[in-house]
Amino acid sequence: MPELPIPIPPLPTLHESVFMAIALLTVVGAFLVVAARNLFHNALGLALTFFGVAGVYFVAEAEFVGVAQVLVYVGAISTLITFAIMLTRGMMYGATSPLNRQAGTAAIIAATVFVVMAGLLGSLPWPVAEEPIVDGQIVIANLGVGFVTEFVVAFLLLAVLLLVALAGAIVLAQDRK
Amino acid sequence: MTWSEALTQLQLALGAPEELAWLAEAIAYFIGAFVLVNLSLVLALILIWITRKVVSRIQDRIGPNRVGPFGLFQTVADALKLLSKEDITPANADKIAYALAPIFSVFPVLMTVAVITFAPNFVGVDLNIGVLYLVALGSIGIMAALMAGWSSNNKYALLAGFRVVAQLLSYEIPMVLAMLAPVLLVGTMRTQELANAQSLYIGPVNLGLGWFVFLLPGAFLIYFIAALAESEQTPFDLLEAESELIAGFHIEYSGMRFAMFFLAQFLNTFFLGAIAVMLFLGSWQGPFADQIPLLGPIYFLAKVFFMYVVVQWIRGTFPRVRIDQMMSFAWKVLVPLVLFLILAQMILMKLPWPANFGWVGYLLILAANLGAVAVVLRVLGKHIRTEEVRTKRAFEPKSLIGVMAPVSPAGD
Repeated sequence: MPELPIPIPPLPTLHESVFMAIALLTVVGAFLVVAARNLFHNALGLALTFFGVAGVYFVAEAEFVGVAQVLVYVGAISTLITFAIMLTRGMMYGATSPLNRQAGTAAIIAATVFVVMAGLLGSLPWPVAEEPIVDGQIVIANLGVGFVTEFVVAFLLLAVLLLVALAGAIVLAQDRK
Repeated sequence: MTWSEALTQLQLALGAPEELAWLAEAIAYFIGAFVLVNLSLVLALILIWITRKVVSRIQDRIGPNRVGPFGLFQTVADALKLLSKEDITPANADKIAYALAPIFSVFPVLMTVAVITFAPNFVGVDLNIGVLYLVALGSIGIMAALMAGWSSNNKYALLAGFRVVAQLLSYEIPMVLAMLAPVLLVGTMRTQELANAQSLYIGPVNLGLGWFVFLLPGAFLIYFIAALAESEQTPFDLLEAESELIAGFHIEYSGMRFAMFFLAQFLNTFFLGAIAVMLFLGSWQGPFADQIPLLGPIYFLAKVFFMYVVVQWIRGTFPRVRIDQMMSFAWKVLVPLVLFLILAQMILMKLPWPANFGWVGYLLILAANLGAVAVVLRVLGKHIRTEEVRTKRAFEPKSLIGVMAPVSPAGD
């Protein structure tokens, strides 16, 4: 085989190309959340972003987190947000501008958060698994055991929080006789 | 992954470089997904035919019998008709969401097929979170209904969209918790392992009758009722009320887009039946399924089609419930019942059993299941009956209250 004068950069592997497609989807969704002029489209963009993040988890072979992401964020949170938008009078139809007088403050906060996160994520020594996890079953089982042993207090506190929210919703929705 | 390995071998034999091995794997997965998804789409044609035939027989009619043998090609003709119909988009509809909603309603249903265990070694992907994956897919359909209802720019569609979300969200809770019961028993969410666990050995012979429905009849009943509501079938089809009203959230849709919502509904009914078979009815297990591998898929499909026919039987015989009855049934009967069942099962499984105590343990779980159903229904039944009288009053015209004789507390 004759030597090429300019080395061709290696093609992205299947894994990398799938990751790129999903990352692009996530970023487009995130952009829609901010830029779309219709509030309902913002909510749909958010759902798209959640899907993209779930896809990133799948690419990273964290199926459990990915599925939990779809279940909680796409299934519950997006529906809740859409409901809230739909029940708010005058917000459903018509355009809203993404720019208002808080735009400057929001930009500063967003930039600060980005710088801090980027610095933090860039400087962290990420642990890399020696070999691919073959049996994800054990990871999930450990997670479940962890919830009821090591992190039982946090788990119970979250459960109590949800119970309080549920009771509060019932009190708010009750018939007032 | 024997299939992709075979393709890789073929590719190497043809002289392709080693670096392109991923391509073979990608192609193998693509072909597998393509075949499974297209088979499910063809399946929908058969399902619609079965529905028509079963419901016709119940109503003492013959049903479709003109197109093809036994009217088998009637659905094909209908599909062609729908394809040739005009595709109408309402003037002020939200174009993007309006176009996306039918797609979003079909795709989670088709994704289900990935983890369905047709035979001992025949499953798309044996995900280690198989059952959770099914649950997650179920929650995507809600978003599609909401999108369709909102983007049609029709207040009736929007109201129906709200109702659909209320129904699906409410019945998702008892359904998911009922699915938890067999998962807890086996300790895995892999669909294939769940299938393997439902074997019954007498000596060395696998009778294949250790179905969880014999062990957890209460959980199966709750799953079945909740699945009926999730697939919007009678008696929970008030969102659509095909026989009396116009359709609900998809009222503005026409032609093939409308057909896609129907496709999603029929396939969803079938796949929820398939999940019932995987979790409770022994999957591909049956007598001699181990000796004759071909019996596996036959048993599986026979059970799933049986479930489907039962659902159509219910469709042909049951009256429709009212929306307040439907919601209070989910929250006041099914949710407490299933929580009680799961709790009883967990406590029984965590008791310090001596080793080799299997049979007694299983019998106790069965007893707890039946006992829990009996106790909860007894306690709730009394409460529901008084509640029923109250809601009945609330639905009467205001002018009549006080004029009519008081309803006896025994109900009807």
